[in-house]
Amino acid sequence: MFDPKIIAFYCKWCTSAGADLAGTSRMTYKPNIVGIRVMCSSRVDPEHILDAFKNGADGVLIGGCHPGDCHYESGNYKTQKRITLLKKMINDLGIDKNRLRLEWISAAEGKRFAKVVDEFTDEVQKLGKLKI
Amino acid sequence: MAKPKVAFYWCASCGGCEEAVIDLAEDILTVTDAVDIVFWPVALDFKKKDVEAMQDNEIAVSFINGAIRTSEQEEMVNLLRKKSGLIIAFGSCAHIGGIPGLANFSNREEIFDYVYTKTPSTMNPAKTTPQTNTVVDGYELEIPEFYNTVKTLDQTIDVDYYLPGCAPPPDLIMNAVMAILKGELPEKGAVLAPDKSLCDTCPRNDSKPEKLMMKEIKRPHTVEMDPEKCFLAEGVICLGPATRSGCGERCINANMPCRGCFGPVKGVSDFGAKSLSAIASIMGIEGEENMTDEDIQKLVDQIPDPAGLFYMYSLPSSLLRRKVMT
Ligand code: SF4
Ligand code: SF4
Ligand code: FES
Repeated sequence: MFDPKIIAFYCKWCTSAGADLAGTSRMTYKPNIVGIRVMCSSRVDPEHILDAFKNGADGVLIGGCHPGDCHYESGNYKTQKRITLLKKMINDLGIDKNRLRLEWISAAEGKRFAKVVDEFTDEVQKLGKLKI
Repeated sequence: MAKPKVAFYWCASCGGCEEAVIDLAEDILTVTDAVDIVFWPVALDFKKKDVEAMQDNEIAVSFINGAIRTSEQEEMVNLLRKKSGLIIAFGSCAHIGGIPGLANFSNREEIFDYVYTKTPSTMNPAKTTPQTNTVVDGYELEIPEFYNTVKTLDQTIDVDYYLPGCAPPPDLIMNAVMAILKGELPEKGAVLAPDKSLCDTCPRNDSKPEKLMMKEIKRPHTVEMDPEKCFLAEGVICLGPATRSGCGERCINANMPCRGCFGPVKGVSDFGAKSLSAIASIMGIEGEENMTDEDIQKLVDQIPDPAGLFYMYSLPSSLLRRKVMT
């Protein structure tokens, strides 16, 4: 079975804390994900995402705070617009838009974190290896 | 003292860069006074064998325009690299891929199929397409190989400097020539144009509102554009924020938004991704907290072809270099 590589960018204030909660609560989730903590989801530049795909990622996950909860007030709104536009653009560049996913996961949502990772891993597995 | 030798060469290009040299007008006399042009296929009758006969580094500087798309272009630029002290990537196509680089949304098979069988004016029932080697009456004929992917010059040979633009403007060409003659070149790898962004030098910059935002995206042909106002403030995408300055705001002065032919400002590795980021951030910024997923999708869908727009001049130099095709 193909073992996908997934790069994830978590904002420090919500999703990263959610990932920690999943860990300290000893929840299990698929091990295909490599997490990178950034201060805010809006710190993730589309360049970073393309770089990840180019360097072997089969999927890229961005995790941020729920709308209204961004530590920097409006970072996540920018993120959502950028990712929505980037999804459309990568699809036209031959990279299935479902290889890129944006999720809002709060510090209290350890369970949801584990579920999102499992779901996304399955989805990327179905899409197969990304050959660039 | 012998005059320094100079060569001009073209690869996958439109001929506009050759025009740009002619556009130097009487300044070209200053250039020809100071240098010996030893190779320039579009204007002078020197041949490849003349270049081959030269010593290594005998040519002081070669200006090469056009992207690299065939084996012949690859061979010629390698030859010129060997014979030249300096190589200058001249114009958008050599620098970042340019318009010929849009072929990277496709591949050789698709291009041949369209050009040699599907174009309305073509009758080709045998589906004959160019072959690198063909035997006719016992003789083998060879033509250059047409590559699957268009490359920039620096993806093919080592490049010393870049003169950006589609085509480079006369003042930047003259500045570069003078810097070479005086030996006052910046560090290797530099783009011979200002490090500012186009917005920094744009006459419309002052009209930018404090909080720039695009409520909707309008395409240039659908609006009557105010000749004084920043395009972004009118809802028309302009790539000035991510583009290097130095063109003389040519499109802006013709009341058209910038499409990025000068390539990215210093430090940006992917022009399209950077432009996308800048534009997406100011889209619908007013009331963004109340936008639903559908609202955002609708706004984004007002850009029908983001990849073609944001990479209009720079696809081969982008991180992905081409469309992923399996
Ligand atoms: S966005 Fe375009 S029109 Fe506006 S200031 Fe920049 S270059 Fe000028
Ligand atoms: S305005 Fe932009 S696209 Fe037009 S010439 Fe200048 S850099 Fe090139
Ligand atoms: S801090 Fe979490 S999305 Fe901005």
